[in-house]
Amino acid sequence: MAEVLVYVDHVDGAVRKPTLELLTLARRIGEPVAVHLGAKAEDAAKILGEHGAVKVLAADAPEFAEYLVAPKVDALQAAYDAVSPAAVLLPSSAEGKEIAARLALRIGSGIITDAVDVEAGDEGPVATQSVFAASYTTKSRITKGTPVITVKPNSAAPEAAPAAGTVEQLAVTVADSSKGTKIVSRTPRESTGRPDLTEAAIVVSGGRGVNGAENFPVIEALADSLGAAVGASRAAVDAGWYPHTNQVGQTGKSVSPQLYIAAGISGAIQHRAGMQTSKTIVAINKDEEAPIFELVDYGVVGDLFDVVPALTDEVKTRKG
Amino acid sequence: MSLRIVVCVKYVPDATGDRHFAEDLTVDRDDVDGLLSELDEYAVEQALQIKEAADDAEITVLTVGPEDANDALRKALSMGADKAVHVEDDDLHGTDALGTSLVLAKAIEKTGYDLVVCGMASTDGTMGVLPALLAERLNVPQVTQLSEVSVDGGKVTGRRDGDTATEQLEAALPAVVSVTDQSGEARYPSFKGIMAAKKKPVESLDLEDLEIEADEVGLEGAWTKVDGAAERPARTAGTIVKDEGEGGKQLAEFLAGQKFI
Repeated sequence: MAEVLVYVDHVDGAVRKPTLELLTLARRIGEPVAVHLGAKAEDAAKILGEHGAVKVLAADAPEFAEYLVAPKVDALQAAYDAVSPAAVLLPSSAEGKEIAARLALRIGSGIITDAVDVEAGDEGPVATQSVFAASYTTKSRITKGTPVITVKPNSAAPEAAPAAGTVEQLAVTVADSSKGTKIVSRTPRESTGRPDLTEAAIVVSGGRGVNGAENFPVIEALADSLGAAVGASRAAVDAGWYPHTNQVGQTGKSVSPQLYIAAGISGAIQHRAGMQTSKTIVAINKDEEAPIFELVDYGVVGDLFDVVPALTDEVKTRKG
Repeated sequence: MSLRIVVCVKYVPDATGDRHFAEDLTVDRDDVDGLLSELDEYAVEQALQIKEAADDAEITVLTVGPEDANDALRKALSMGADKAVHVEDDDLHGTDALGTSLVLAKAIEKTGYDLVVCGMASTDGTMGVLPALLAERLNVPQVTQLSEVSVDGGKVTGRRDGDTATEQLEAALPAVVSVTDQSGEARYPSFKGIMAAKKKPVESLDLEDLEIEADEVGLEGAWTKVDGAAERPARTAGTIVKDEGEGGKQLAEFLAGQKFI
């Protein structure tokens, strides 16, 4: 069976959930071979093996942390040369897409980004994408070379599929030309204790209607009662009420949770582009004409400062 | 010596319009008004700020696209760019990201550059891969996804806000930079700027000028193929209630019914 390379997104050996989703999708088109760059490959290999990785190609070099993107492209190319895979899958993060693009160019292959589904087809993998602010769904495939596809988080439910997950060292030579962009310093983001926005099953977002940074705890309290991540619209971020890293929308994060709750968000195209593929959508807004209500499964026309705290209390009561 | 800055911009269909596909499954450009991609305005703005901080710099704004794409160039010129290059050729119709990066890279080399500035992504395709592809093709450093950028002493430095960390980056020129919408609000063209833009030179190039064969680009040369496009079914009308004191409770009832609580 053909092998499929899966790029492992991890923080110090802790594999992030989108990688497990990639392994699940990879099994539809071949045998997953994970590529782990950096330290603690043995830690990662356990969970990668549980999710179907037959092999973990591991390389650790200081250059991965010292220079931006290009050394990782060198490593992935080495893995590609070692395996001759049927496809290469990467997460649709900013870095994942940049690595994918440069790899595709080097190996003479086409690239598809932001797939929301991948399946086997007669002429190679078929990727589903959600385009024009999720108003269209397209099916695409790569016509030249080995398909390089990046996949959005929450595109598949990770399935357990025990496999060997044997760690093999991958020899990587980082080219001098890959040492062009120095990472002078790195400040890890402080953990809020809440789920990661792109990975969360439930997201609660606040917008212009939250009317000030001092009111965002109302949104956070609801999120915490549901075990959800907190998002914000561009209007709320531009006003400085919430960090850009939490922005949901075309120029922020694209999310596709099981449940999306929009509070005080009108639903401009910029926001809809980032959340329209959510499974269940709920909105709370004072303005009954707000375009967000066109998308909802359930909407409440009302003041979020009445509705959200009441909902939070009710959730807490029901959860005991 | 003058700092040569090339800003890559894209003419895109207005996202607030009703966008759809043409018969050949390329983006239908006839039905929706086009404009300079909003995310590229941030690139023009940062290029202008880099120029203002430099002793001597010149900004060339570059686009690949049909005749109307000239509008995007005019907007950038009216903001303050010095000159423009427009790559236009009928054979370019349907070119994908890899093909576009080839055309841009050849045009950038022909123009001459020390710094290439791009937006983080286009607002239509939203792939966000072009800056990385350009760096690979030009074999220069990629300093991408920057929320802050500056150029000094032959070096570009910037801040990249990633998913898990914030990084400070540094590279020697020549380099390819991309900036996010957090890099700073783009200026509005002044009346004077709009008048001045009419007199600024726009160079027109075709594939022959760039020594690119027609089969390397266009729909035929594309490395990817769209087999089908379907309009997403409209969401079935949901339940909408007015809060008369019970809105929170009613919503909790709905969420419990859906097993979210």
